[in-house]
Amino acid sequence: MDHSLTRRLILQGAGSVALIGLGLSATPAFAAANDKYPEDAFKQKTGADAIKALYGKTAEASDKVKLDAPEIAENGAVVPIAVATTLANVTSISFFVSENPNALAASYVIPEGTTPAVANRLKMAKTCNVIAIVESGGKLYSATKEVKVTVGGCGG
Amino acid sequence: MASTIRVRATANGDTTEVQALIQHPMDSGFVKDAQGQIIPPHFIQQLTFEHAGRAVFLADWGPAVSKDPYVKFSFKGGAKGDDLKISWVDNKGASDTTTAKIG
Repeated sequence: MDHSLTRRLILQGAGSVALIGLGLSATPAFAAANDKYPEDAFKQKTGADAIKALYGKTAEASDKVKLDAPEIAENGAVVPIAVATTLANVTSISFFVSENPNALAASYVIPEGTTPAVANRLKMAKTCNVIAIVESGGKLYSATKEVKVTVGGCGG
Repeated sequence: MASTIRVRATANGDTTEVQALIQHPMDSGFVKDAQGQIIPPHFIQQLTFEHAGRAVFLADWGPAVSKDPYVKFSFKGGAKGDDLKISWVDNKGASDTTTAKIG
């Protein structure tokens, strides 16, 4: 009994040392960025939950958010998606793919002086809606487009 | 080792357009290998672009960003010959940094 308790303590000790080691190796490169990775939002399954976890509010559709995505994506592993907006005071832009295992795909911080437009390439599991969210003046605006996927990007 | 980051930054008037291509597997953790074993998640979580000591663009990425990710954006204030510093860190704590000249 005593023996096993000691053993457990030692194991726990070793575990926390390993964790500290990991933490140290991960931080220095990003100490300057001060941008906390939204772990929780990336774990949400649906688009609505992910938007809530990331921003804590809901979005309204806006024709000032221009979402550029293909009608049909032959390869779901690489779908070029871009968003641009004429809205002012944009602070962030995010992309959600509604039928992916986790809806949030990417989120970008737009500091002052950076044009509110981003192009990137995302994976899509199957045909579904792509949602772009633009945060402008503390409010959320969205654009949605359905992309047909002929070969899913989740492999397996 | 060659950098995993390839950047093209072009100043045009007062706007600098940046395109970056990064070599990374971006494994989602949902894909199985040939033996039927799940390939563990391995993806870039954060990517930053800094110009003159100021962050001009920050990305938080999940595993749904495609393999060898590409991103394009533009910002005001860059000039030809300026340095643009790019760095990323992934979910395993690996990272890479490079500095590119704005052309």
